[in-house]
Amino acid sequence: MRTKTLFAALLSAGAVSLAHADITVGVTVSATGPAASLGIPEKNTVALMPATIGGEKVNYIVLDDGSDTTTAVKNVRKLTSEDKVDIILGSSTTPVSLAMIDPVAEAQTPMISMAAGAAIVEPVDAKKHWVFKTPQNDLQMATAIVEHMNNHGIKSVAFIGFADAYGEGWWQQFSKVAEARKIKVVANERYARTDTSVTGQVLKMMSANPDAVLVAGAGTPSALPQKALKEKGYKGVMYQTHGVANNDFLRVCGKDCEGTYLPAGPVLVAAQLPDSNPVKKSALEYINKYEKAHGPGSVSTFGAHGWDSGVLLAHAAPVALKKAKPGTKEFRAALRDALEGLKEVYGAHGVFSMSPTDHLGLDQRARVMVKIENGKWVLQK
Amino acid sequence: MNLQIALLLGQDGIVNGAIYALLALALVLVFAVTRVIYIPQGEFVSYGALTLAAFQTGRTPGTLWFLLAAGAVVAAIDIVIAVRAGALGRIGRIVLWNLALPAIVAGLVFWLESDKLPLAIQVVLTLAIVVPLGPMVYRLAFQPVAEASVLVLLIVSVAVHTAMVGLGLLFFGAEGSRTPPFSEAQFQLGGLVVNGQTLWVLGASAVLIVALYVFFERTLYGKALRATAINRVGARLMGISSTMAGKLSFTLAAGIGAFSGILIAPITTIYYDTGFLIGLKGFVAGIIGGLASYPLAAAGAILVGLLESFSSFWASAFKEVIVFTLIIPVLLWRSLTSHHVEEEE
Repeated sequence: MRTKTLFAALLSAGAVSLAHADITVGVTVSATGPAASLGIPEKNTVALMPATIGGEKVNYIVLDDGSDTTTAVKNVRKLTSEDKVDIILGSSTTPVSLAMIDPVAEAQTPMISMAAGAAIVEPVDAKKHWVFKTPQNDLQMATAIVEHMNNHGIKSVAFIGFADAYGEGWWQQFSKVAEARKIKVVANERYARTDTSVTGQVLKMMSANPDAVLVAGAGTPSALPQKALKEKGYKGVMYQTHGVANNDFLRVCGKDCEGTYLPAGPVLVAAQLPDSNPVKKSALEYINKYEKAHGPGSVSTFGAHGWDSGVLLAHAAPVALKKAKPGTKEFRAALRDALEGLKEVYGAHGVFSMSPTDHLGLDQRARVMVKIENGKWVLQK
Repeated sequence: MNLQIALLLGQDGIVNGAIYALLALALVLVFAVTRVIYIPQGEFVSYGALTLAAFQTGRTPGTLWFLLAAGAVVAAIDIVIAVRAGALGRIGRIVLWNLALPAIVAGLVFWLESDKLPLAIQVVLTLAIVVPLGPMVYRLAFQPVAEASVLVLLIVSVAVHTAMVGLGLLFFGAEGSRTPPFSEAQFQLGGLVVNGQTLWVLGASAVLIVALYVFFERTLYGKALRATAINRVGARLMGISSTMAGKLSFTLAAGIGAFSGILIAPITTIYYDTGFLIGLKGFVAGIIGGLASYPLAAAGAILVGLLESFSSFWASAFKEVIVFTLIIPVLLWRSLTSHHVEEEE
């Protein structure tokens, strides 16, 4: 409903926008459907993005794709052909973002995805030329976990992940890194996020007797294997991925998740970062803004990926404005070039330095290891 | 695989199977009486579980507003019809069931501090909110098209399902909830650890199934439902209102759904859309019973539960595939062994 009113307001503003050359930003996020827990904070974050960039007014058109690839493609076509947007932000998940690559490349409109899959921007080819993303690659996070395992004397590990692109992507990255670093992966199991029981998988993993278990899931469904393991008396070390980094996970998993390790973007523990960390200030800025609008403790790392897409835009648009007027093909091309040329931009999740071959631009400053202690995220040095 | 793992998997499969059995019974009941393939059945599972979870965290569940709104709409429609028909005597009952009762429930929820109540009272309140939604949904969505073909009823059913999932997201948010178990007890049974909650699920399912059996065999209303299921026209000629039968079967289905949700909420995390898949597995079980036989549907549910838990051990990535592929040989077998009767349109 709100999207609709906003949309109507923007349509009426659209007629004026050509004269004033406002920047038009199309956003498609998964505010409903299975990825709603990612899309809702991202949608809320769009409302906090700057209203003017480089002296030009910015119009945001927010659409919901319901976590559905077909709807997302339809949204992109509508945004590029009817609304003539200068850039598209979104969407929330990897499969949906992958589906959007073709239509944005066709319309020669830059896009910044808020989904994690490396395949969205790698390798940079003629189509992905137009595509950027803000979340850390699974590989970066998997490497952080394996390093932590190496440092803590873990020799064997069992893997259980979602039976979808998320779990599969993690399995490929993690098994590769683990093998290279001499950690034996003794079990590879899958479960669906709607499953009500994982007893079978848990028993199979426990019969392999691993030193540690890694759960590759996102959001509260990742609590299920961990609770089942604890219930069956598993005593080893537990690892989760950054997909669980929101407070709902802590609420659902409760005391069964004490002592769990996970890699995460620094925004999760921004207040605990040393002042010398360059990301601390930019991460706290986002947290303060979001919590002012939605209440203390409401912030999530997913919304922060959305925020970072806004940060990239805010840094690239002034450069592009010098070359062309918004609403034109030249401006879109200039905006893309400006995004690719960004260096040392401080976001909530790390420092972005793009290049023609790297459309993510994050380095190891974009991840920290976190431990769950007394129902809180605690930064590990 | 050793014996202990097989026992654990069997236990897990039977617990899930018990829940599927309850839902399968509700689906068979609704289909037999009203010819509706009741897809929203799963939503009542989520609504029941999440309403209880909302009480336990001290929030007012959104389903309460849904109940008040649906009650008001039903009352408005029925009063207009009653006034037009000149049957003013009916108004008292319409107001009592659709306005007064939800208002009393709402009053209780606001008056009592729901998060400090004992679990039993919370469960009763949850049922008092979710169960009346069953007959209201029937009144609003299915009663006006009660004589339509199975296909039309199925389409309406899909629409109701989509609407209720959307409302569920609005009421409870995208994240899931768990409720504390009814009992923390653990029993040792020859090397097998049995949780109190497991026994609760099995016991409650068994009691519910026996209660349904007694209801259908021994009570007048139960016999009326059976009569409608066997022959709708014949039952009407004998003075059994098909509207009453429809409402009653939807009430029972809502009750079974909500109670199943309350039973499994401590075992697994429930999301606003979890119910659909649970309901679908109940549907597979119902199909095994040909959507007509209660004992076959219950046996099918246990089979689905066991198949699910053992396939999650051997081939976890293909679990759902295995469970839903089961439906193909079953359909083949049923269409080869039973006489197919064309539906009269």
